[in-house]
Amino acid sequence: MTMRLKPSIGRDTQFFWDGVAAQKLLIQRCSGCGKLRHPPRPMCPHCNSLAWEAIESSGKGEVYSFAMPHHPPLPFFEYPYIVALVQLEEGTRIVSNLCGIDPSQVKIGMPVEVFYESFDDGVVLPLFRPTQEKP
Amino acid sequence: MKNELGGRAAIAGIGQTEFSKESGRSELQLACEATKTALDDAGLKPADVDGLVTFTADETEEAELARCLGFPQMTFFTRVPYGGGAAAGTVMQAAMAVATGAANVVVCYRAFNERSGFRFGGSGMAGPMASMPLWLSWYLPYGLLTPAAWVALHAQRYMHEYGATNADFGKIAVVDRKHAATNPNAWFYERPITLEDHQKSRWIIEPSLRLLDCCQESDGGVALVVTTAERARDLRQKPAVIAAAAQGSAWDGEMMTSYYRDDITGLPEMGVVAKKLWRDSGLTAADIQTAFLYDHFTPFVLIQLEELGFCKPGEAKDFATVENLSLGGRLPINTNGGLLGEGYIHGMNGITEGVRQVRGTSCNQVERVEHVLVTAGTGVPTSALILRRE
Ligand SMILES: [Zn+2]
Repeated sequence: MTMRLKPSIGRDTQFFWDGVAAQKLLIQRCSGCGKLRHPPRPMCPHCNSLAWEAIESSGKGEVYSFAMPHHPPLPFFEYPYIVALVQLEEGTRIVSNLCGIDPSQVKIGMPVEVFYESFDDGVVLPLFRPTQEKP
Repeated sequence: MKNELGGRAAIAGIGQTEFSKESGRSELQLACEATKTALDDAGLKPADVDGLVTFTADETEEAELARCLGFPQMTFFTRVPYGGGAAAGTVMQAAMAVATGAANVVVCYRAFNERSGFRFGGSGMAGPMASMPLWLSWYLPYGLLTPAAWVALHAQRYMHEYGATNADFGKIAVVDRKHAATNPNAWFYERPITLEDHQKSRWIIEPSLRLLDCCQESDGGVALVVTTAERARDLRQKPAVIAAAAQGSAWDGEMMTSYYRDDITGLPEMGVVAKKLWRDSGLTAADIQTAFLYDHFTPFVLIQLEELGFCKPGEAKDFATVENLSLGGRLPINTNGGLLGEGYIHGMNGITEGVRQVRGTSCNQVERVEHVLVTAGTGVPTSALILRRE
């Protein structure tokens, strides 16, 4: 796959994509109550604080759910591909692709880790693969 | 707090076009035809109409519809957001309007060429997009592009936690197609399927959703006439009284991608709606003789049964047997064939079926109907209503 739909970037999400460009997976943390949130939003739903900082995720987590879309076929995707909902060890979840595994081997709960891939048009995405080191 | 809405409004007329794959006419024309049919059904004239409600997703402008039908004036018009989640919400808005005197006769309408025109799950969605909406930027770059795919991440987790299988989902498709087979207005009239047919249909999203788990795409229009229960009594048809109607959203929801809640195996928006319906009406699940459960994707029908209290979380796979959900069973659902079997008019054709069940005029009439439950699109902020006989 060399082409991906380019994500839009807004004021509330710029930091995340800046992080990805620097190969860091960033999670928003509320400065008021310390709770993490993803996808990014300007206000904390728990304490309504507008103040936040970004922490760097270890990039490790596990597959919380997954799907293999087949239809409708898209010209720029190689099939099969796996969309995974990853539960990061920090506690937040993120949707990405799970790569480097036979689709029949994907299991909910399997450990995965982040890596980064560049596509056409300057798109960089955080993707996941099965954890390579022994846990 | 006393429920002020229940019993004050009724659906007095229903209208629909044929449900097809290519209507061959404009969405505006479909809306006009459905509206005129609904007014004729009620025995009302265009001049009686003073309110309109539709979906934010609908392309037909209120003013255009009014110019075509010749409504001399209107005092109420509004729209409900969130795709199919709007369906019962349009009736709730109309009921509130007539109950408060904001309007006397309100038409709720939805008309589209969803099959021959813009398709919600089509590959056109992935075409050059000048600017992707921010919320989709977390999904589209990874190929999570269609409503089916969005639902699949929930469905897969549901299967994992409760041991449900794709064949369990298939039972919903079998029930819907069974009911469609005896409804001449259904696209799949006289074309029932078996569970084996379902299991042989191709994967749309592996390994949770097959082709026959996904509702069809249709062209067509539906309109409903809502007025006060009192006025409805004097009109042509037996009124379908709105015993309760509710909209609902829930904590940390997104549009079809609420993946960040502690639990993603439920539909908490429908839970909010259910609590309100039961509280406002004083009824329980046991008081419902038949239901239309929005069936864009079969797994969410199982989860609705749980959220609405017909069974406990995780138990829908056992409750939802073909026998239980078919005509003559414990809770016949989608007696018109549902969105899978009759047509996909964004849930509005479920409301017309609810009205027919109250009137006693369904092609698959349930015996001794007192209360009918109708739900709207799930996975998004949603709505539902309970209709009853006078
Ligand atoms: Zn906070």
